[in-house]
Amino acid sequence: MSIAWYLAVSAIVFSLGALGVMTRRNPLVVLLCLELMLNGGNLALIAFSRMWGNGDGQILALIVMTVAACEVCIGLGMIVAIYRRHLPIDVDELRELQG
Amino acid sequence: MSTVLFFIAAIGVITGAVGVVVLRNPFYSVLALVAHLVSLAVLFLLLRAEFVAAVQVVVYAGAVMVLYVFVVAYVGGEAGESIGDRLHGVGSRSPAGPVGSGLRLGGAILGGAVLVELLIALLGTGLEAVNGYGAGYTPGPQAYGTPAYIGKLLLTRFLVAFEIASFLLVIAAVGGVVLARRRGGLEEDEDERGLLAPLAAPRPQGTGTMAEGVGQAARDAGVVNGHEAFAARRESVGPRA
Amino acid sequence: MSTTTWGWLVLAFPLAGMLLSALGFRRLPGRSAGWLGTGAIFLSFVASLGALISILDRAPAHRELVSSLWSYASSVGIDAHMTILVDPLSVFMILVVSGVSTLIHLYSISYMDGDRGFVRYFSYLNFFVFSMLLLVLAGNFLLLIVGWAFVGAASYLLISFWYRRTTATRAGIKAFVINVVGDAGLVLGTYFIFKHTHTLDFLQSFHAAEAGAFGHGKDEGDLVAGCVLLLVGAFAKSAQIPLHTWLPDAMEGPTPVSSLIHAATMVTAGVYLIARMHTLFELAPAAQDVGATVGALTLFVAGTIGLAQTDIKRVIAYSTMSQIGYMIMGVSVGAYAAGLFHLMTHAFFKALLFMAAGSIIGAMAGEQSLEKMGGFRKALPFTYACVIVGGLALSGIPPFSGFFSKDEILLAVGERGGWHWALYVIGYAGAFLTAVYTFRMIFRAFHGEPVPAARELEEGHLHHAEAPRNPATGEEEDTDVGFPGPAHAIAERAWPMRVAMSLLALGAVGAGLVQIPKTDFVIDDFLRPSFATSKLYEPPAHNGLLVIGLGLGTILGLLGIALAHRLWVARPGSATALRTRSALGRSLYELFLNKWYFDELIDLVVVAPMTAIGDFARDTFERRFVEETLIGGTTGLVRAGSAAVRAAQSGFVRYYAALLLLGVAGVGFYFLLQT
Repeated sequence: MSIAWYLAVSAIVFSLGALGVMTRRNPLVVLLCLELMLNGGNLALIAFSRMWGNGDGQILALIVMTVAACEVCIGLGMIVAIYRRHLPIDVDELRELQG
Repeated sequence: MSTVLFFIAAIGVITGAVGVVVLRNPFYSVLALVAHLVSLAVLFLLLRAEFVAAVQVVVYAGAVMVLYVFVVAYVGGEAGESIGDRLHGVGSRSPAGPVGSGLRLGGAILGGAVLVELLIALLGTGLEAVNGYGAGYTPGPQAYGTPAYIGKLLLTRFLVAFEIASFLLVIAAVGGVVLARRRGGLEEDEDERGLLAPLAAPRPQGTGTMAEGVGQAARDAGVVNGHEAFAARRESVGPRA
Repeated sequence: MSTTTWGWLVLAFPLAGMLLSALGFRRLPGRSAGWLGTGAIFLSFVASLGALISILDRAPAHRELVSSLWSYASSVGIDAHMTILVDPLSVFMILVVSGVSTLIHLYSISYMDGDRGFVRYFSYLNFFVFSMLLLVLAGNFLLLIVGWAFVGAASYLLISFWYRRTTATRAGIKAFVINVVGDAGLVLGTYFIFKHTHTLDFLQSFHAAEAGAFGHGKDEGDLVAGCVLLLVGAFAKSAQIPLHTWLPDAMEGPTPVSSLIHAATMVTAGVYLIARMHTLFELAPAAQDVGATVGALTLFVAGTIGLAQTDIKRVIAYSTMSQIGYMIMGVSVGAYAAGLFHLMTHAFFKALLFMAAGSIIGAMAGEQSLEKMGGFRKALPFTYACVIVGGLALSGIPPFSGFFSKDEILLAVGERGGWHWALYVIGYAGAFLTAVYTFRMIFRAFHGEPVPAARELEEGHLHHAEAPRNPATGEEEDTDVGFPGPAHAIAERAWPMRVAMSLLALGAVGAGLVQIPKTDFVIDDFLRPSFATSKLYEPPAHNGLLVIGLGLGTILGLLGIALAHRLWVARPGSATALRTRSALGRSLYELFLNKWYFDELIDLVVVAPMTAIGDFARDTFERRFVEETLIGGTTGLVRAGSAAVRAAQSGFVRYYAALLLLGVAGVGFYFLLQT
């Protein structure tokens, strides 16, 4: 398949992730959808790397994966901390930073 | 052959993605994501990114998702609403304020808009190279996509990025621990007291972990600080021979 | 010592006295502040004598001396220096001012004894004398205005000296506000004159006016406007109609203040002003006519009001207003020497009358109403003698000084002819009224049945009120700072008062001798160099009118005394009968008692519209327009704007994510469009 197909899949995955971030209320699921977006980006990177023939995209994809892992770690840590304090696990309820 | 495989993997990817977004139960969403990640690894393989695919499965699906599973188990996944409900703002748990319901519909529209744009951008413009199959591929020990190839790149051209990513991992690990640890002064969960009860059983001197040994003496002495607790323990127990 | 050095010393001594009393007010023990103040003014008087002697040493044509200390204001076309002008007119004024002031300071030492504000009083009094001397010695318009304003300020400070009395503070404010109206007139008048002469210096300005700076006719528009505005200033300071309403209220101040400021010195500043500006006034006869008319009007109206007042100090105040009317009339028709001579003699006998009033008020323990006084003849013999001397001088009975000075003025008025005959008649009518009200006051206070206070005093015991009270409203007071002190002084027991009153009585009796018509021309000759350019200065020559005038004056004076005697001594109760039996009597009495309703008129015409404007400004303009629209509108706009922006900070994470995505979509769209 030409690279274009892969890119189409990547775009679909990315948009689905964006939709999920905006729509879901459970912060865990929001983080999952964020992962979706990252994965969509990764796919695009790998595809372009294959197109050019050098490994830069793959390296970047690896780094992105690393960053995603860190971000998940922090995000889940926060959710655990919120849960410990008996606050509701709902991004709509957690809005104390409003102006 | 590769076309068939591509379509199977692509359908897996998209189905997984849809599942993450749509399924109500967070557990199911996690499982859907795992499926998605595995399918994505297949796609990577099709693109000759062997190492990355392996890393994807091992790290992402293997470690990150496991972490997710643990947290979902701990926090508990209350079933959310169906996407239909959510889009129309129906349900007892819709939040007050106009942002909630209108946002969902708007979000859907926005997501759709982004998709359309991306598709146009990636496919509709004059990028001709995407119509090709990529650059040529010559198999070999250090061919494109092999671990050796990636390793060489990481340690030569992308060394700085590599190192910084390592730092980032350390920071994130520390941060995760700090965020999730228990702070003094908060009420303790009842289960934890229950959990710690066996630890408080009398033990022969010198056995058990530090926490078991010190923790009990501290609780006896009513001291919180670990250092003083240790000193209290030593006094109560007496110097070791 | 040159003449001008004497002039500077005249100014320096009261200033030094004021500073020493003011800065050392905690340290000056007992009555030393009083002696310090009196000493300072006495030294100033000595310096005035020095100036007099040294100016007499010079030839008459060289008697106008100017001295500048430093440049006061030099900018935009104005070049004003700290200049004094020492010429016969100013020397005359400083002699009168410092001389009478010394005696009043001496009197005050006993009168204000025991008052908690003793030191403050003397520093204020010294400040007043300094300001008045500055006013008369000023060599340019700027310094004149400065002195004018200082005098107004000193008057305010002294009228509201007993500051815890609301009547006193209100009177002080009234005096200040009306004086400020006059100040505005003075400054505007100066501007009109400066516009053409381009200089603020007196001598240069007068030379320029003579040389035709205002055009070559008479009654040029700007000059008349300027002179009339100067007259407004003079009327406010000298309490002429319609700016006179402050003077009776100013009697709230201590009696020596009334005698200094509101008899001898401050109220004569208007007369001095017209005399000093004679060059300008003679080029604008319209302004002179205004002055003469207002002077005549005032002297008559004030005389009628004096017939009905019951507060002894207010009777004397209206008498002052009336006599100043004579002086203004005199200097407005060109009788400068006569007007100034009357100023001098009036200073003597009016200050004496006020001092005597202070003595009898002391005997009455602060009570000022004539209705409660009576029969003090035996109890206060010295005071009675002084009051008779003052009263006879005021009524114009020969050979007392008032006779000579008043008749000279009226003679000059008659000399002018034409419509001035009306003023002549009014002047003599006023003389008759003067005699009546003066002796009404004397007979009511000193003749008749002695009141209890008088009986006590005859037995040697000074009356003290059970509780100190405000004489006007009857409110209770205490004797702490801000209210009069507990001690009451009478002349019979305090030697400083007796010395001061005796010297003034001598002046009241003998001062006329320096200007006996046809015989003595001391004042005329002395003042002539100051009025060298005046065409109206020369003393009148008609013998016929002179004799008629002198005779008429004497007869009217005696008639007035006789009428007063009949109404208040021989047939007590006939005055009351007169004013209650007939409708005319009743209405006239009401008119005079209510001071011709001037206060009410000013309230209606000036105060009510101003208050209405102020209320409108506060309620409608300020509240509606400024606060609600301008300020409220601006802040409302900002608040609405920030509220709109704040809505973006909802706290919903998904909202932020949506915004992010919106941004990404937007950017992507833009780039898509580019290709």
